[in-house]
Amino acid sequence: MPDILLDVRNLKIGATVYPPGEAPKDIEIVHGVSFQLEKGKVLGLIGESGAGKSTIGLSSMAYGRGGVRITGGEVFVNGRDILKAGAAGLRALRGREVTYVAQSAAAAFNPAKKIMEQVIETTLMHGLATRAEAEARAVALFGKLGLPNPQTFGDRYPHQVSGGQLQRAMTAMALCPEPDLVVFDEPTTALDVTTQIDVLAAIKEAIHATGVAALYITHDLAVVAQVSDDIMVLRHGKTVEYGTVSQIIETPKEDYTRALVSVHAIAHEEKPATAEPVLKVENVTARYKGTNFDVLKNVSVELHPGQTLAVVGESGSGKSTLARAITGLLPPSQGRITFAGRELSRELKDRKLDDLRELQMIYQMADVAMNPRHTVATIIGRPLEFYFGLKGDAKRKRVQELLDEIEMGRGFADRYPAELSGGQKQRVCIARALAAKPKLIICDEVTSALDPLVAAGILRLLLDLQKIEGVAYLFITHDLATVKSIADSIAVMYQGAVQRYGGKTDVLTPPYDDYTDLLLSSVPEMKLGWLEHVLAHRKMESAGN
Amino acid sequence: MSRIPVSALIGLILTGAFFFTAIFADFLAPYGLNQTVGDVWENPFWSEEPSQYLLGTDNIGRDLLSRMIYGCQITIFLATAATVVSFTTGSVLGFTAAVLGGWIDQVMSRIVDLFMSLPSLILALVILSVMQVTLPVLVIVIGLLDSTRVYRLARAVAVDIVVMDYVEAARLRGEGTRWIVLREILPNALSPLVAELGLRFIFAVLFISTLSFLGLGVQPPLADWGGMVKENKEGLVYGVSAALVPAITIAALAISVNLVADWILNRTTSLKGGRGA
Repeated sequence: MPDILLDVRNLKIGATVYPPGEAPKDIEIVHGVSFQLEKGKVLGLIGESGAGKSTIGLSSMAYGRGGVRITGGEVFVNGRDILKAGAAGLRALRGREVTYVAQSAAAAFNPAKKIMEQVIETTLMHGLATRAEAEARAVALFGKLGLPNPQTFGDRYPHQVSGGQLQRAMTAMALCPEPDLVVFDEPTTALDVTTQIDVLAAIKEAIHATGVAALYITHDLAVVAQVSDDIMVLRHGKTVEYGTVSQIIETPKEDYTRALVSVHAIAHEEKPATAEPVLKVENVTARYKGTNFDVLKNVSVELHPGQTLAVVGESGSGKSTLARAITGLLPPSQGRITFAGRELSRELKDRKLDDLRELQMIYQMADVAMNPRHTVATIIGRPLEFYFGLKGDAKRKRVQELLDEIEMGRGFADRYPAELSGGQKQRVCIARALAAKPKLIICDEVTSALDPLVAAGILRLLLDLQKIEGVAYLFITHDLATVKSIADSIAVMYQGAVQRYGGKTDVLTPPYDDYTDLLLSSVPEMKLGWLEHVLAHRKMESAGN
Repeated sequence: MSRIPVSALIGLILTGAFFFTAIFADFLAPYGLNQTVGDVWENPFWSEEPSQYLLGTDNIGRDLLSRMIYGCQITIFLATAATVVSFTTGSVLGFTAAVLGGWIDQVMSRIVDLFMSLPSLILALVILSVMQVTLPVLVIVIGLLDSTRVYRLARAVAVDIVVMDYVEAARLRGEGTRWIVLREILPNALSPLVAELGLRFIFAVLFISTLSFLGLGVQPPLADWGGMVKENKEGLVYGVSAALVPAITIAALAISVNLVADWILNRTTSLKGGRGA
């Protein structure tokens, strides 16, 4: 009989929803989920947003976030049913037997206190060690997690270290009280691929070294496959499939799991360049006002009609800045940008209406890219009215055509953005861009905030629309899997300069320069043992360290 | 529509009653504004000789209830007009400053800082003492002084909205300042502004009452509540209730509007904090 640490039986979780214009009602969001976790093992909880994975993870601390209540079932930690533990019992449990690592370390740390103070706080509060012992433990953990200068790392403030380092500091915080179980809630989702791989390796190493058990929550199956022993696939608050890692990855039983495993399988052949380039960026250099640092250094790229140029790189590589330079939001200090045969004015206010119309943009966060007080009809209809003077029925008809084009059908025109799902919001943003009949659409990380299956749907839609409308895409992303499935040519950016540029096949064929190699090898693959393999063969350390 | 809490309900009923009185003052008042009906300072509340008038009479024997009702009209009309002036100027200028940014924003904001650094009561007293005090002048002076506060709030709210992607999308589309202010920013800034509207209205009531009490507000023969406190304040020495009645109604109006404003503020902030309504 193995040593069962966490035993969740028939867990049910409810919440109260407040639909606009109706009376509040109680709904069930997790419908009877059961699983067991042995000492020293790692269970991966995976699913799309709204699947209930974080809610289930937090229930192992008997905690319901934001109005969520545990309504049924039993949760045993070390043989005790913690749902009946009461306030004092829970205080003893939380931070001592079970600890938590949140998604955004930057938001979870107190910016006014030094890292060491926060890392040892729980340990001291529970009286598990003296201050000196706790600090020694923390320093040892910093070393184990591969943080630079473990002796002095704790003397810094959260803003003085990088995002990846802060995430590891939070892992140290969770491990410091020597708990039996750590709940990792999407610990690497907010990080760059090249940083994610280091944090992932550090977490895996720390789990093995300390022998702690863990719940690892994520939406990325490839990531969870690297650290877990078992995987539980969740959807709509129900278990879809529960098994060992190798079984889930290699022989998935359910359709939904199969879809998750093969999510990156969009095939796209590189198209040859046919006509004159629609966009020509020549030797563009740009800096933000009031700084003396060039965020773009001598960037030159070309994009042909009906093609996709993918701009890849990690945060801070200047890829979004390139988009701002092209749209005129950040006038370049040198170089020229030619669009559809005309040279574009540097400043947005000097541009002609046709230039504005033919160059559209889609944003990463569809939530904030649409005015929450406008209906879908207004959002899509405004460019029609503004550029083409469409009014009344003609406008209404064209809006519906565009909605059909993005596969949304009837009944959406009068909804507000808050009444749409994440994927639908992004589709509406695509329709808004298409409404202007553009020659070029700049897509800034348009799939990064979406669940993998939804993101795949958006990519397919973009490819289909490109075939029909012949529009060119400048596709900004940090996700190389996306690049492989959509691009015709690729520009790899690093610290504001183009590191490697050419057709897709050329760029993705060795020999690579060191940075492209690092970037390509850091993309998690749906393979067991991928993490160890990559770490053993790397040429270059991540820049974020 | 969620349930209205008891406090907000009381506030709503009282506020409604005050506004009703203000609108239909001409029908409700039993006597004329300046009609002398009885003895000086008849006191119905705690004197031996009872008065036939519900609230008694004032310092020259006019019916206090009628004067209270006409005073309600003047007070509420002035406060409403001043609030409208302060809101339109304050929010339009505040939004414009946030949208245009740069030196225009700097110049406007520093001018507003300058006015806010002077105590507004003293500033108002100085301005009104050199001008002929008429109702429009009062409305404009109080409205403009109050608009500095609205400007601050509107600018702060709009600065947060201006950096949103949907405003950037509108700019990339080539929209003018007018569309951005009225269609993109205003609908999203409305909730905090409506809550502020209630508070500014109360401040306007208090401001007018203070000015009238000091003799630089509403001038006779018109009467407002602050002026009525001033007229009857000597009576307090002789144990006459006449000065207390307008004082209590000023407080009651302020509190009831405040209760409503609090409720609206609560509703809007909980909407903002909610995870995707």
